[in-house]
Amino acid sequence: MSTPKTLLDKVWDAHLVAQEPDSPAVLYIDLHLIHEVTSPQAFSGLRGRGLKLRRTERTLATMDHSTPTTPLSLPMLDAQGSAQLNQLQKNCEEFGIQLYELGSENNGIVHVIGPELGFVQPGMTIVCGDSHTATHGAFGSLAFGIGTSEVEHVFATQCLLQHKPRSYQVRVEGKLGVGVSAKDIILALIAKIGIGGGTGHVFEYSGSAISALTMEERMTVCNMSIEGGARAGMIAPDETTFEYLSGREFAPQGAAWEQALASWKQLPSDAGAAYDKSVTLQADELEPMITYGTNPGMGIKISERVPDPGKIANSAERQTLEKSLAYMDIRPGEPLLGHPVDVVFVGSCTNSRISDLRQAAGILRDRKVAQNVRMLVVPGSQKIKKMAEQEGLDKIFIEAGAEWREAGCSMCIAMNGDQLEPGQYAVSTTNRNFEGRQGKGGRTFLASPLTAAASAVNGVISDVRQMM
Amino acid sequence: MATMQKFNNLTSRIIPLLHNNVDTDQIIPARFLKVTDKAGLADGLFTDWRYNPDGTPKADFVMNRPEYQDAKIILAGDNFGCGSSREHAPWALTGWGVQAVISTSFADIFKNNALKNGLLPVVVDQQWHDNLVDLSEESALAEVRIDLEEQRVYLPDDSYFEFPVDAFAKKCLLAGVDQLGYLLSFDEKISAFEARRDGL
Repeated sequence: MSTPKTLLDKVWDAHLVAQEPDSPAVLYIDLHLIHEVTSPQAFSGLRGRGLKLRRTERTLATMDHSTPTTPLSLPMLDAQGSAQLNQLQKNCEEFGIQLYELGSENNGIVHVIGPELGFVQPGMTIVCGDSHTATHGAFGSLAFGIGTSEVEHVFATQCLLQHKPRSYQVRVEGKLGVGVSAKDIILALIAKIGIGGGTGHVFEYSGSAISALTMEERMTVCNMSIEGGARAGMIAPDETTFEYLSGREFAPQGAAWEQALASWKQLPSDAGAAYDKSVTLQADELEPMITYGTNPGMGIKISERVPDPGKIANSAERQTLEKSLAYMDIRPGEPLLGHPVDVVFVGSCTNSRISDLRQAAGILRDRKVAQNVRMLVVPGSQKIKKMAEQEGLDKIFIEAGAEWREAGCSMCIAMNGDQLEPGQYAVSTTNRNFEGRQGKGGRTFLASPLTAAASAVNGVISDVRQMM
Repeated sequence: MATMQKFNNLTSRIIPLLHNNVDTDQIIPARFLKVTDKAGLADGLFTDWRYNPDGTPKADFVMNRPEYQDAKIILAGDNFGCGSSREHAPWALTGWGVQAVISTSFADIFKNNALKNGLLPVVVDQQWHDNLVDLSEESALAEVRIDLEEQRVYLPDDSYFEFPVDAFAKKCLLAGVDQLGYLLSFDEKISAFEARRDGL
């Protein structure tokens, strides 16, 4: 009998073009997603070498990072951002790439539209010049972020030079409690293993709590694999996956669907497959999570207190925590519950899908955003925006006093003018709380859409379970 | 075959930047990413740590100290380069003059990006990391020598440690050639793969 294979093994083996001794593997890439920020220098590289794009039909472009979320009828004020968008438009025209530009009905955050349109499918290799490419692993694909040199490599050859990563099994067993969501699973994992815990590995999430998640929730979990140090996170495809994909615009149809389905069903890891590392979380023990520091691993249960650097023996770790707490202006040993909040942001490739918006709207219905709080709701795509408006979610947000914006990355990366002012505190459904990430001097608490909405209503960090 | 910055043996002072988990948003904040080329990114390097709000240099930030202005090696804390995949991070570092970073570990994407830009990530164990911290505390003028061919870092007393480096990346760094040329040489095999699998 052959050695049992993991999902990672199967996808890797199916894309291996060549493997020379003492060299990285040549790995074929099925889908290359690009956006305006990390592609211009790669196009310049192609031009400089006189190269063409090898497979235009495997490349898909969107504008998302520096796009304004103000009404599309308004002119774009940022000349540099505007020039970058124009450059992407020119590059896509010159090299023959499908672009969903600003204003297109398919426009949106790269990691939202890929799955939404059915481009992302099980068993694929998917890359993008963006670390949150890990999102697409929710479909049982091997999806990871790359640098701009590698973007050029994929343009020219549809391949990448890669060493096979190690495997890391993440089991989440049991049932999530009320008010506890996919975001809390991933924040709890990162708090447990640390932000470098998965370096060199690919997570494979499994267990009853993962199986019970919807595709949108699975995307939230896989999205933040990179925050645990893993370039990719994967979930074996199952009926939930197939049901999500069925009928999507660019998913296979008819006989091709049946054929694809048969091969997708072979992807889950074989019984007895070995992993290099393994960890288990109990879903029943999880609570809403929130971060207190300046990396996503600095997270606690919302009822817990901020840790004390004085109790850390390792001097580098102690100093890192001290520096974080100084930046956040938060004292050790204090609870975060009740901490004042200036801004609440619901959006980003982590939490901007329709189910995220429904959850936030569910809390805001018949309630108001606290007077001292600015709340922005930024849907992940134009399609989501439209769907939310058909359901009347926009009205709930607007009546509560929140801003209902156009789609994009917005305040997650603060390149488009949506940003925190120095010193402001935000509860944010995004993925990174690094110093200045949401605006120079801004301070971020990462949490779920439910926790974000609850905190917006109360004007302080709040436990949503008391409002449900 | 296109070239990249060739990595020669390097002798330099070491800049101690010892926080753990230095992320690429610190190395170069997102507001500097609206460019369409690689030039000028050094201005954004560690900008929120380097400069006061009024634009004057922060005297207490280590890279602003006069004795490190020509230094080419950063001694970093654990998990250097975590976060975003932006290759602007190694572009900003090399633009400033950094040619090697020594740390107990690196984030995967940063390490890949660094190696494609002539920036050497040197992984060191905790004991040798401690030794290097001691060395930098004894004298900011102390120099170490990195020999990539031997995969060794020499301290002033001629003690040394060995470091791992991917054989292929090493070859490219020593020759000063980029990796795309190698990848392009697989054209026939890639076509065969596409024909076999997709009927192209």
